[in-house]
Amino acid sequence: MSTVRHHTLSVLVENRAGVLARVVNLFSRRAYNIYSLAVAPTDDERFSRITIVVDVESAPLEQIVKQLNKLINVVKITELDPRAAVERELLLATVNASVAERPQVAELTRIFEGKIVAVSNEALTVSLEGHPNKIDDFEDLLRPFGIVQLQRTGRVALPKLDREPTRLTPVSSTGTRAS
Amino acid sequence: MQLNGGQALIKALEMEGVEVIFGLPGGAILPVYDPIIDSPIRHILVRHEQGAGHMAEGYAHVTGKPGVAMVTSGPGATNIVTPLANAFMDSVPMVCITGQVPSAAIGSDAFQEADITGITQSVTKHNFLVTSAQDIPRVIREAFHIATTGRPGPVLVDIPKDMVDPNHPNSAMEWYWPTDAEVAAGLPGYKPTVTGHPRKIKEAAELILAAERPVIYAGGGILKARAAESLRELAELLDLPVVTTLMARGAFPDDHRLCLGMPGMHGNYTAIMSMQESDLLIALGSRFDDRVTGRQADFAPLAKVIHADIDPAELGKVRTPDVPIVGDCDKIITELVAAVRALLDGGAARPDLTSWWSTLSGWQERYPLAYEPQQEGEGLKPQAIIEALCDAAPEDCIVASGVGQHQMWASQFWKFRHPYTWVNSGGLGTMGFSVPAAIGAKVGHPERMVWAIDGDGCFQMTAQELVTAAAERIPVKIAILNNAYLGMVRQWQEMFYDERYSEVYLSPDLPDYVKWAEAMGCVAFRVEHPDDVAAVIEKANAIDDRPVVVEFRTDVAEKVFPMVPAGQSNSDVRVAPFQVRPAGDEAGEAQQ
Ligand SMILES: Cc1ncc(C[n+]2csc(CCOP(=O)(O)OP(=O)(O)O)c2C)c(N)n1
Ligand SMILES: [Mg+2]
Repeated sequence: MSTVRHHTLSVLVENRAGVLARVVNLFSRRAYNIYSLAVAPTDDERFSRITIVVDVESAPLEQIVKQLNKLINVVKITELDPRAAVERELLLATVNASVAERPQVAELTRIFEGKIVAVSNEALTVSLEGHPNKIDDFEDLLRPFGIVQLQRTGRVALPKLDREPTRLTPVSSTGTRAS
Repeated sequence: MQLNGGQALIKALEMEGVEVIFGLPGGAILPVYDPIIDSPIRHILVRHEQGAGHMAEGYAHVTGKPGVAMVTSGPGATNIVTPLANAFMDSVPMVCITGQVPSAAIGSDAFQEADITGITQSVTKHNFLVTSAQDIPRVIREAFHIATTGRPGPVLVDIPKDMVDPNHPNSAMEWYWPTDAEVAAGLPGYKPTVTGHPRKIKEAAELILAAERPVIYAGGGILKARAAESLRELAELLDLPVVTTLMARGAFPDDHRLCLGMPGMHGNYTAIMSMQESDLLIALGSRFDDRVTGRQADFAPLAKVIHADIDPAELGKVRTPDVPIVGDCDKIITELVAAVRALLDGGAARPDLTSWWSTLSGWQERYPLAYEPQQEGEGLKPQAIIEALCDAAPEDCIVASGVGQHQMWASQFWKFRHPYTWVNSGGLGTMGFSVPAAIGAKVGHPERMVWAIDGDGCFQMTAQELVTAAAERIPVKIAILNNAYLGMVRQWQEMFYDERYSEVYLSPDLPDYVKWAEAMGCVAFRVEHPDDVAAVIEKANAIDDRPVVVEFRTDVAEKVFPMVPAGQSNSDVRVAPFQVRPAGDEAGEAQQ
């Protein structure tokens, strides 16, 4: 995924029935392309956060943001510059892996710090959480084994805080808790 | 105070100052129709829900107040989708209440169930599905707030039947009326910007003083912001020429020396060319619609752009402005006038627009809006009918129009002297708009004369609302320009499809418009001869207790000029063939 074409928007919306449909409908009717989308409640039950990766070849980002802002239920939009954001994605993949190949898949998963979450005679299901680029790499390396099923969540993102390491407190009363 | 949801709804509408509801009942909305009997709000029973929607729009256009329509679920709701789309395109404040099947039945394909909030998501500014009777006052306040503030628009409120049915426990509610602060708190994502940024305003003022060929490009936002007065002040301060788009006719008086009239696909030559040659477009409440710009890449190629609008998404949507200003047009223009004055007081030079004005007057003289006189054997000239109607009408007469050639002629040949005298469907181009819109306008201003200028095709789409007008004693006047064709489409087929006329002929006699109008309780006249035009108009104008329909038999082949063919550059505007001069005759006198 080239970073020029795609931008990540973190959209705080009211947590009401139908809001996701409004957001998605806006993209379709204005012919904007969504690359990926993830939605979940925040720690404040009045709001949800939608993380949308948009394809800015289909429309200038500024116009997309302005149109989104016109939706009454959209409270706040933050454009996340990839360099100033923490981005994560989750992948689940079931891979053909004969007994002979199994150690290789397990090794690959270990190198990427993923997990083996299910095993059968012919296949393994692995999971990996991490930066989307890392997920891309992992997916590429898994492919030769034969991917039976694959599901990615689409990225979620939050602005980077000025101090990196891990003990983080909530960003604000309406923000999600970083972890 | 304990109320049921239906009573709460009507009470909330009363609290919002609603004087009139346009609507038609049915199963799901039935419980709300009971408290209407006891309410001071007037209800006008339409014959088709599309009529209710356009009436609400007509009312809103002329009064500036939100129009209110109420219909039942399913087909009642889907019938009003077109007016909602129309109001959305033209930024008309409107609140539409729809009945919905009981909440327990939603999603079960119940009788007359339609997902109207889903269907109207992209043609409303916002919509609500009420999920508790207790929410009704809040939702109604929010609906009116959203419809009337920021960029106005239609808001739909869908109410399941159990919320308003007194026999259902879900309808129980305790009355309250939310404060402004509560409304704001309930809409955390809605905060329209009204005040323009002072630095941008100063930059705009500087650009205006530096321009050699400025044009004010006034759009419908001027009317929505009630900014006609401040617009005039700005124009007069520096003698700036003003074009008024189809949505802004009347926002600046046509008989003002600075008025250039309407630009766009069927605008007049001077208005179109003024923008093409301009070095500064001062776009105020306008949105660079394709019908105004022609091929966008070639539009006003030399111009810098100041663009003021309350909707930030309009700035840069089509054309990147040099100076974008978000805010209410009236406030912005007032500030702009002050900023220009301050610069002038500080010694800045007044722009010398003499040469620009001489170019403009040259065009005006050479290519006035004009038409050829009626020839023997031809039908009446539609342009002459509009002029005759305008001449005979009081200055504050309101004109509504349908969509097609007659609309363009009405916009071109009526002399608009006041704001809010022109009601038309600009963005969506909805045939059938004029009859119900005129009725709504007349309800809003019963003391004023209201003419609808309609096409024969349009008339056949919504004429049934004249039954409403007759029954409710709403004495509107309808002029049908009967050219026996879907004339605008015929014009395109004549000009761009080698005169291959496909499905555009309607017949002059079928239906018989006079009999039809009479059957609907109207007084009706037919005019075939030019000598009768003025006399019949006079008769029609004298009738004030019933609707009047006048059918004018007009020339079938008359075309609207000037014309910028769709997708072409405005610089390639075609004037009427009789105005085209032989090559080499560039500098001659204006031709008659
Ligand atoms: C609801 C709808 N259907 C179709 C059209 C396309 N259309 C635009 S103008 C026009 C012809 C209108 O005919 P008429 O009312 O007789 O007006 P005229 O152009 O002859 O003056 C048509 C079909 C439209 N604008 N609206
Ligand atoms: Mg016609």
